[in-house]
Amino acid sequence: MERIRGKAWKYGDDVNTDVIFPGKYTYTISDPQEMAQHALEDLDPGFVHKVAPGDVIVAGKNFGCGSSREQAATCLKYAGVGAIIATSFSRIFYRNAINQGLPALAVPEAAEMIQAGQTVTIDLAEGQIMAGESSFSFPPPSAFVMGIMEDGGLIPHVKRELATHKLVRPVDGGLKRGEDETR
Amino acid sequence: MGKTMAEKIIGQHAGQEVRAGDIVVAKVDVCLTQDGTGPLAVRQLQKIGLEKAAQPDRTVLFLDHASPSPRKELSNDHMTLREFAHKTGAVLSDIGDGVCHQVINETYVRPGDILIGADSHTCTGGALGAFATGMGSTDVAIGIALGKTWLRVPETFKVAVNGKFPKGVFAKDLILHLIGLIGADGATYKALEFVGETITQMPMSERLTLSNMAVEAGAKAGLIASDETTKRFLEANGRGEDFRVIEPDPDAEYERIIELDAAKLVPTVSFPHTVDNTRSIDQAKGVKIDQVFIGTCTNGRLEDLKVAAEILRGKKRHHQTRLIVVPASRQVYLDALEMGYITVFVQAGAAMMAPGCGPCVGVHQGILGDGEACLATQNRNFKGRMGNPEAFIYLGSPATAAATALEGKIADPREYF
Repeated sequence: MERIRGKAWKYGDDVNTDVIFPGKYTYTISDPQEMAQHALEDLDPGFVHKVAPGDVIVAGKNFGCGSSREQAATCLKYAGVGAIIATSFSRIFYRNAINQGLPALAVPEAAEMIQAGQTVTIDLAEGQIMAGESSFSFPPPSAFVMGIMEDGGLIPHVKRELATHKLVRPVDGGLKRGEDETR
Repeated sequence: MGKTMAEKIIGQHAGQEVRAGDIVVAKVDVCLTQDGTGPLAVRQLQKIGLEKAAQPDRTVLFLDHASPSPRKELSNDHMTLREFAHKTGAVLSDIGDGVCHQVINETYVRPGDILIGADSHTCTGGALGAFATGMGSTDVAIGIALGKTWLRVPETFKVAVNGKFPKGVFAKDLILHLIGLIGADGATYKALEFVGETITQMPMSERLTLSNMAVEAGAKAGLIASDETTKRFLEANGRGEDFRVIEPDPDAEYERIIELDAAKLVPTVSFPHTVDNTRSIDQAKGVKIDQVFIGTCTNGRLEDLKVAAEILRGKKRHHQTRLIVVPASRQVYLDALEMGYITVFVQAGAAMMAPGCGPCVGVHQGILGDGEACLATQNRNFKGRMGNPEAFIYLGSPATAAATALEGKIADPREYF
């Protein structure tokens, strides 16, 4: 994957899915470009007007906590966000971000040190974050996760795997009690 | 070394021995999605020409979040799910049937199952001894189509609760207290296992409340060993044959052990705008409340309605505090009608609504005005949750909610027992 490069947008702890993408839109907006227009609306209404492609969100602990709504990851990706660096992530958001091909990096030192407006460069494969004079390293994502992100998300990934027959056949039919010893 | 419940269940579904930290592909037994997350799941499958369900009779699509639909756009979303159910043979749970987490546990989830759901409170199923966890739409879409998913086996926190609840204190107060103690991210990525005599003695209704809120501490699952109570719950729902014993090994390895004394707990309230912002009732009482909401997957069951009805019986709500009551499922509604609770609510001045999520998710029914405050029995009080970022949400038990509806301000339910 190419390097990610952009300006840092800094937020605090527990940035939840209701402020990233309000629940009321979950039921009315299905176009990702339109979702992007409401990204972080209840936290930072100015964000969508100023964000540039490749910009990086830098936040505290438990980023993306709350609802399972995948639109929270989708709206950030389509708003142009190149990656999110946080002290920690809520697990459902973390999965959703990977499935959307949006790198989510839990690097506490970088999350603390990087200042709003600083230019941030990220090399995923090398596990490096550069900001100003500082650099921070992190374990590069596993091959499994890199595979999903390089394909642009879980859906294109599964499509490609199905096409190349890499994926084992789907489980056929329902499991019946007593018939399956693995239950 | 023995195994935790999570290691046992995931291992059985992956067909291999697993330990915390392993990443495996596991078979899933039950998949659920709802009207907020389901349409996206369907579109994802359409995109790759995989519009099918591997196990249609165990794939359930719920119309519960905006139900009945208040707007044409939402009605169109409902149509997407209706058509997918028709095409694939998946089960449709229609408007008025109830909240996904109540219905799925009444009707489908079995001890030892893996349930994945495109809703964060899918973890409710842990109360039946199932590994139940919430995911995004795309993850669940792939689970629906292929009958499997990838999982990282979580480390487990053992939450040992002993002692008897004082009068007026319930599982809701216990779980709010625990989340206040460890924080909204205190158990991120972990599984919680609830054990101890308080849990063994606890009815299924309250166990479901505990497991439901595991995610509010960041947890992936909130598990409770299956036992006689589980068996009776399944039998009462006409599926005693689904019972199976699933419990942790005595020498299982836990990352952390948290011990709590139920006898020392007091009614607890979460203040705006985070669930872990908890206060004891003594610190909470007196806050003026405009709307009280009793219901949801957290506290909309028959036992919850019973506690509230006993406090409200023969009385009227405070004239400046409106009251909304929503049974969690059609079955709960029928049982509550038979027990006379619904009559009590209506006579007390409540607005009754169809089983479903009600005002909790802020798309219809009971959206708050600017600056208004609501005391709700739901699980989440984030800014904007009930449809208005200018409003304030307080969380408490059904008993606290009923007492508050009578007094018009947050009230101590212990005075009503």
